Amino acid sequence: MHGHSSLHRLAPECKTAAVAGFAAAVAVTPGEAGWAFGAYALALAVAALIGRIPFRFILVRLAAVLPFVLFAFLIPFVASGERVEILGVWMSRPGLWAAWGIIAKAVLGAGAGILLTAVTEVPEIIRGLRRLRVPAALVSIAGFMVRYLELIAEELGRMRIAMAARGWRGRGARSVRPLAAAAGTMFVRSYERGERVHAAMLARGYTGEMPDIAGRPTPLSHWLAAGVLPLWGAAVAVAARIAL
Amino acid sequence: MKNQAPPPAVEVGDLVFSYPDGREALRGVSLRAEAGERVALLGPNGAGKTTLALHLNGIYRPAAGWVRIGGLPVAEPNLGEIRRRVGMVFQDPNDQLFMPTVAQDVAFGPANLGVSGPELEERVVDALRAVDASHAASRPPHHLSGGERRRAALATALAMRPDLLVLDEPASGLDPAGRRELINTLTGLEMTLLVITHDLPLAWEMCERSILLDEGRVMADLPTAELLADEPLLARHRLEPPYKWTR
Repeated sequence: MHGHSSLHRLAPECKTAAVAGFAAAVAVTPGEAGWAFGAYALALAVAALIGRIPFRFILVRLAAVLPFVLFAFLIPFVASGERVEILGVWMSRPGLWAAWGIIAKAVLGAGAGILLTAVTEVPEIIRGLRRLRVPAALVSIAGFMVRYLELIAEELGRMRIAMAARGWRGRGARSVRPLAAAAGTMFVRSYERGERVHAAMLARGYTGEMPDIAGRPTPLSHWLAAGVLPLWGAAVAVAARIAL
Repeated sequence: MKNQAPPPAVEVGDLVFSYPDGREALRGVSLRAEAGERVALLGPNGAGKTTLALHLNGIYRPAAGWVRIGGLPVAEPNLGEIRRRVGMVFQDPNDQLFMPTVAQDVAFGPANLGVSGPELEERVVDALRAVDASHAASRPPHHLSGGERRRAALATALAMRPDLLVLDEPASGLDPAGRRELINTLTGLEMTLLVITHDLPLAWEMCERSILLDEGRVMADLPTAELLADEPLLARHRLEPPYKWTR
């Protein structure tokens, strides 16, 4: 998915900040301003076109937000206030607006995030966070997680194969005990790896603070280009507030 | 003063170290390596080889004894300079490569030394070129092959421009071609090398001199050819000469 469009080439810190700004604008928009959400979706669609990201790619990944917004579907039935009849079912009008707001905002926020990861590789996002002056400890934790999660998953995979090779089936109540033991082993191994990584860091002069290896300063043009998205978002949010 | 010989690259004197659980790892180790020498540190599993290595850059502190690198004592106030002088390549490259991309990882060491800007970039480019891994610069470590990962780990140490390079089992887990490439890279380096291994052919090929460590003590310190020819000595320390010396 990591092709080369002008969106891919933008500095990661600009894109990350733009997405954060856009999401904030979406979040403060009142749900009743339905047209505003259309304007947000339009902005994301234009960005996806510029980045040459197929809509299908984004829609498939949007399914990830479903479990988080499921409860929103219940609100119209349980909320109080004026009732309206829709398709023969009586629902709360404020509840409907609330559900719509939650779902629309979740989908737009997630869509912006999906777009960001589609045009920015994960290591770049980490670098962008560092350059945005996100606290170094948080960035380091995120970076280590990205680096070692795959390694741990691989290790877990090997352990499962080793268990299966000795007759473990992975089914039923009796399979849980060895699985718990394996999880414990994984924890100890990861802890030990942490110590070895720390030694390797010390060996290269680490004194407790991640050095700044950001390189060149970000060109202003990148900020201006990326700024279009949050500015659009802010304009729509303000207009929606005034219109209501 | 002018004609004085340079100080030895490594000097270790009567080093004693026990792990917190009481296990004695080093029981009075003394050795020395001259500048530009390539020395193998041989020994079976658990002989104390890695423990000794971690004393050379001050990660472990000895209970007794001392270490000097290029004449500079390994002690708290010198640790910054000591870690610049001693490049360490750990056994598992996954422990050494922890940054999101190879280039950032190679930059980590020199950046800690205060190098920045174009000079930092130059160091990264040079180090990756020296190990023939320039193509991997922007890739995350988990997308590299075993051999590439090993060479990238070597680059992270080379970027510090060390005087002494300590390698812990540098060829373990590599296929014959990867092993050959690594040996060629290493023998092309102009710095003191200390190669920790129980891979005797590797020692034979790379190092003029070998030191045999077992049970936390130096058991022999001989030219590699001589040490590898002493079969009873090797057998006593759980090492085995490859077939070409036994036939």
